[in-house]
Amino acid sequence: MLRLEGIEAGYGAVQVLRGLSFAVEPGEVLCLMGRNGVGKTTALRAIMGQVPVSAGAILVDGVAVQDLAAHDVPKEGIGYVPQGRRLFGDLTVAENIEIGLMTRGRDARVREKVLTIFPRLRERLGQISRTLSGGEQQMLAIARALCLEPKVLLLDEPTEGLQPSMIALIRDTVVALKETGVATILVEQRVDAALSVADRIAFISGGQVAETVDTGGMTEQSPQFAAYVGV
Amino acid sequence: MRDMKAFFLHLAVLAALLAALPLLSAYHVTNVAKIMVLAVYAMGYNIAFGYTGLLSLGHALFFAAGLYAAGMGISQFGLGSAGALVAGPVAGGLIAAAVGLLALRTAGVAFMIVTLMFAQAGYLTVLYFVRYTRGDEGIVLDRAARMLGGVDLSGDTPRYLLAFALFAVALLVNLALVRSPFGRVMIAMRENEARSRMLGYNPYTVKLTALVVSGVYAGAAGAAYAVLFGYVGASLASVQYSILPLLYVLLGGAGTVLGPLLGALLMFYLIDYASSATSAYQFIVGAVLVVLVLFAPKGILGTLRERGLRWLP
Repeated sequence: MLRLEGIEAGYGAVQVLRGLSFAVEPGEVLCLMGRNGVGKTTALRAIMGQVPVSAGAILVDGVAVQDLAAHDVPKEGIGYVPQGRRLFGDLTVAENIEIGLMTRGRDARVREKVLTIFPRLRERLGQISRTLSGGEQQMLAIARALCLEPKVLLLDEPTEGLQPSMIALIRDTVVALKETGVATILVEQRVDAALSVADRIAFISGGQVAETVDTGGMTEQSPQFAAYVGV
Repeated sequence: MRDMKAFFLHLAVLAALLAALPLLSAYHVTNVAKIMVLAVYAMGYNIAFGYTGLLSLGHALFFAAGLYAAGMGISQFGLGSAGALVAGPVAGGLIAAAVGLLALRTAGVAFMIVTLMFAQAGYLTVLYFVRYTRGDEGIVLDRAARMLGGVDLSGDTPRYLLAFALFAVALLVNLALVRSPFGRVMIAMRENEARSRMLGYNPYTVKLTALVVSGVYAGAAGAAYAVLFGYVGASLASVQYSILPLLYVLLGGAGTVLGPLLGALLMFYLIDYASSATSAYQFIVGAVLVVLVLFAPKGILGTLRERGLRWLP
């Protein structure tokens, strides 16, 4: 589905990713974990074409996307929910969803599907999005990305700053999406949140994957968390 | 409901402008006709700046393109008033497309400077080709050439009615545009280009389209100015005419459909009354603008929208 092969990328003279490689398959949740500054968010931004890739390949179903313009990457079926939600704050909930829908000419069916996943948004369609609570804003950010009907969904710290009930809701949503065959790459700092939804965890260190582990046998005390995340 | 409220408000404004005609003196009929033409120009500016976030200092070029296409079309190529009114928006749109293709490779302050340079180049071109444009002296259009369907457009009432017709069409098209899917994308682009890009929108295409629409509005206003007021001169292509629509929009409310009209109306009469009271009227105008920026930085309608009238488009 989505495969990164030896990606090198950074900001100007500062190289952040140094040969990053991983893959995620349909219906799988891959969690990227690591200390601050190791390149988790940069990896997502590189996939989205927001950070120039100087070497390596990013393949979606075998098609290379690393040289596409940033606005063409979502058309390859990649949805992105950046850290901090990043809504269009002056627009209503309905208008934010509409903007997500229009990109690929999607119809009312997709809108309905998205609102079924997040019924709370249906109740707030006319509300200006910056006046929503943090959890509702996160729901809207995910809903907007789902309007693209992505094959791959990139979520950057979706539970950051949310209350427990909202974290549970976001977690349930990720699990539900997984069951529909969406491949998800999740950047997460919370060990419990990662273990509850991820199939595998790729621990990033120094801009590359240091170790990839199936979550099946892992607990919050697994040594990798102390070694790579510092918790 | 929200859309209907907005639609009826705009219809009410149009009805008030039409109803005002028999009540106004000849002096004010001419003034309001001019205000409506300038408001169309400011509406175009608002599409680029207020809705799409393109801070241009070169819109005088698009206004002048319409002005000279109409004025020179009539005076030198025997174009009728109808033809001139069509030539104006076409010229404005084409020049905006040409400028946009280059200027939109920049952003922010650089975009502002590049558009200013284009407009200055246009202004100097008008002065340089004085043989055709008559430079500062300008071209005065014959009354006989300013006829439309047998109606003399230099008369107060026909002039007002044509300015009103242009304004009404421009206003309703503007309302439909900002309520359309493309209008949402323009606003998304203004709010955050990077976020729009990550949803699959090409900022260059969206901004170029908005700039061309803006140029069509400016060109239409320029052509209407030439045909209705019978004068085409270099002063109307100067940098002052790039600043004016910005002030109208800031005063009335950037990103509001009625803001340009309100801004043009208030600014026009503020200058009119202040200049009749003192020769230092620019101090008064400046002071009013400073007060406004301090207490209502989003303009009059922008502030009202923020404080409760959220349905205001």
